[in-house]
Amino acid sequence: MFIIGELINGMYANIASALKERNKKIVQDCAREQVAAGADALDLSCGTASKNPLLDMPWLVETVQEVTDKPLCLDSSKPKVIEEGLKAAKNKTIINSTTADREKLEILVPLAKKYNSKLIGITISSKGIPQNKDQRLELAAQILDYVNEAGFAVSDLYLDPIVMPVNVAQDQMKDILEAIAEFKMLCEPAPQTIIGLSNISQGAKHRSLINRTFLTMAVASGLDSAILDPKDKELMDTLIAAELILNKNIYCDSFLDAYRKK
Amino acid sequence: METPLVLEKWPGVISTVTIGATAQEGGTRSHSLKIGGQSSMPLLFKEGANPNKPKLAFEVWDVAPSDFDEEVIKAFGKEINDPLVWAEICVNKFKAELLCLKMQGTHPDFGNKSPEEAAKFVSAFLSKVKVPLIITGSGDDSKDNLVMPACSEAAKKERCLVGSAVQDNYKTLTASVLADGHSIIAESPIDINIAKQLNILISDMGLPLERIVIDPTIGALGYGLEYAYSIMERARLAALSGDKTLASPFICFVGQEAWRAKEAKTNPEQGIMWETLTASNLIQSGADVLVMRHPKAFTNVSNYIEELFNLGS
Repeated sequence: MFIIGELINGMYANIASALKERNKKIVQDCAREQVAAGADALDLSCGTASKNPLLDMPWLVETVQEVTDKPLCLDSSKPKVIEEGLKAAKNKTIINSTTADREKLEILVPLAKKYNSKLIGITISSKGIPQNKDQRLELAAQILDYVNEAGFAVSDLYLDPIVMPVNVAQDQMKDILEAIAEFKMLCEPAPQTIIGLSNISQGAKHRSLINRTFLTMAVASGLDSAILDPKDKELMDTLIAAELILNKNIYCDSFLDAYRKK
Repeated sequence: METPLVLEKWPGVISTVTIGATAQEGGTRSHSLKIGGQSSMPLLFKEGANPNKPKLAFEVWDVAPSDFDEEVIKAFGKEINDPLVWAEICVNKFKAELLCLKMQGTHPDFGNKSPEEAAKFVSAFLSKVKVPLIITGSGDDSKDNLVMPACSEAAKKERCLVGSAVQDNYKTLTASVLADGHSIIAESPIDINIAKQLNILISDMGLPLERIVIDPTIGALGYGLEYAYSIMERARLAALSGDKTLASPFICFVGQEAWRAKEAKTNPEQGIMWETLTASNLIQSGADVLVMRHPKAFTNVSNYIEELFNLGS
């Protein structure tokens, strides 16, 4: 499982104030802690409150790559903000994200090619959020079509079925899990699959329990990558056990330690 | 039309273990040897690096061999009864670059030599024989825990490969190996889960994973060879996929197993073939060190390795 740490996000108070005061230490500590906890990459988002995302994003990129060479996942709905991040990046990058809308794809796919970046394609469009599996597959196919046409490697594309909060869209959970499995069958080589995990428990009680239960089910459906809180140790332990049960790692009594030594 | 080769690209690599320290490296060995370092399944030269040939070691004891097959004893002659002379024959006559010294004489049932006597013997052995050394205990856990720290200390700085740690008895040996600058043999009973667990337990004591060599326990041809083969193959696949806890080279005690087979005892040539075939099969499943008994089998396998690597390069 490719784990992207979600904690450097301007919607969290500590990061918001770090952005405001240009306090590198807060951001760098957060980066180090997530990597130590098992993150393979780090999501960077200025948050909606950022007044100056065009300056904040490259600052985040520069600040974080002073302490890690892990890939950076540039998280913004504004292509210009992403491009400022790409310009500043020395580390590998992942663009987070394009929708299935043609006008978005037309900007972000060439940008990903130009900067040799991976790309997350999220199955929503200007028409709104899909309500079932078939709509998700249709939007995924649109993204894949465009990407193929543009000559972008499908293996560098992550498809996100868009996870809805369980207390908002309980009837969609099964569809989301099935979509993860079916995305992999849309073409050969298959695209990668990804979810933003924490959304599943937005506004709910027992968030960590809901997160780790859904993640287990998603892993069993073939999920390749997730944006999550790697400092949630129970979540990480559950993920390691789930991958063990799927025979992705060889069992030993200290399998949790063994995974973390990898 | 030529069919293109399907080549796997692996993220992992087997660790490289050095055996023996020369004067420049703080020891007194004539040379040092490297094992491991592969980045592909065994002998797939086009797929990844196979930088180090498998190494053969002669098995020698600190006392005259008591349960060796007549045929092996005959090949060395009566000099085999003097361990130091036996070792010199291996090096001078049969061109061994590595020896495996088993401290059999310390076993309560085979002489019960004291730790002090054992340490003295190791010192004498090291001054007489200059090739890199593997040193193993007699297999009696409680006696080994007294003897092996003494032997390890006597060989301090010689960067030996010292064994064997097992799941229920690894702490004493690991502490000695760590203190005296050696590498360790981690032995598991044809069980990949225990092999992995033992590597973690040893590395948790502070000995780097890069100083561990796995003894997967093997069976001879007809006596479980295929079980050992598949365990080794599975461990290698996991290691190359990125599991560092299994990315250790393998040592296989071929001679002792092959000559236990009743087919090996039937006639002399068959015994030599039994040892040769067991070893050559294990090379194909990834063996990095093979501990041998009969000089003819040693030569056969040695030639086989040369041939494989000539074809590959």
